[in-house]
Amino acid sequence: MMSHIWTAMLLVSIVFSWLTGQGTALAGAVMEGAQAGVTLAVSMAGSLCLWAGVGNLMTRIGLTDKLSRLLAPVLKRIFPSSAADHALAGDLSANICANMLGLGNAATPMGISAAKRMARGDTATNELCRLVVLNTASIQLIPANVAAIRTALGAAAPFDILPAVWITSLCSAGLGIVAAWFLGRVWKDD
Amino acid sequence: MTDYLVPLLLFLTAALALRKQENAYGLLLEGAAQGLHILGSILPALILLMTAVYMLRASGAVEIMGTVLSPVFSFFGIPPETALLVLIRPISGSAALAVGAELMAAYGVDSLIGRTAAVMLGSTETTFYTIGVYFGAAGIRKTRYALLAALFADFVGFFMASLTVKLYC
Repeated sequence: MMSHIWTAMLLVSIVFSWLTGQGTALAGAVMEGAQAGVTLAVSMAGSLCLWAGVGNLMTRIGLTDKLSRLLAPVLKRIFPSSAADHALAGDLSANICANMLGLGNAATPMGISAAKRMARGDTATNELCRLVVLNTASIQLIPANVAAIRTALGAAAPFDILPAVWITSLCSAGLGIVAAWFLGRVWKDD
Repeated sequence: MTDYLVPLLLFLTAALALRKQENAYGLLLEGAAQGLHILGSILPALILLMTAVYMLRASGAVEIMGTVLSPVFSFFGIPPETALLVLIRPISGSAALAVGAELMAAYGVDSLIGRTAAVMLGSTETTFYTIGVYFGAAGIRKTRYALLAALFADFVGFFMASLTVKLYC
């Protein structure tokens, strides 16, 4: 997949720079871009490592458990079958909470475990579709990666985009769930 | 308000850990060391993809794409300059990071476009990858409407990112 994207990006940039007569700029961009990758990574390093540290701390002191208790009523409405299945309810809330705290590495195994419990045969159930939508919508309280890039590029206040990120994630997750609910009612299986 | 959020979060997590008699400093160190590993694993991809994104920008292809797609994007109030980010976000996380970072650098990190790119990156996910991982692990072959609903959620994210930045930032 990435090999195709990579090759296509190169082809497009060569063809377009030939058409627009930007050959010199293109040649310069090769080295400049590679260097920019290193510069970006190095200047992100501080905030990225700090957040990974805080993430580790939050996991160990059980912050995810506290958050999941707050979320339980909402999750029962979105995933009715979790009301009867405690292990599933636990996996689900742990998955969503880890996502919210930006602990993507911790979120995936629990989400997969929830998905396995929800799976019935090889067809995606309505609840499984909703789980996938929630996980692709990225509800994050502290988007550490983006804050790290903003810091690296010298933003005045790297975190001032947070309210916008929260509103945006809530809307996309919420409307995604509504869309999944609607599609679940009208979808014709072939 | 957001100024105190992060310093307070740092303090509160450490204080909570102390109360639970956990080694707060040790846990932070351990996590920070893992952060270095994460950084090491994305660095090679970042170098390759930043190269490609810089080439695309220098060739004029990004600009032409923005111009071509501009009627559609403007209709929804999404800045046409973010076209490449919007297209690549659901497909590859590291490519989106590279495109987003280049956008923020090119237009200014605190500009309307720079902020919109940041909010888009922070509030969406690598949809195709996530769906692949979940359905692959659960052995699902008939995915029904999952991709459609997830891409709709992404679209709402791009739309709302543009709107909230215009309103709040």
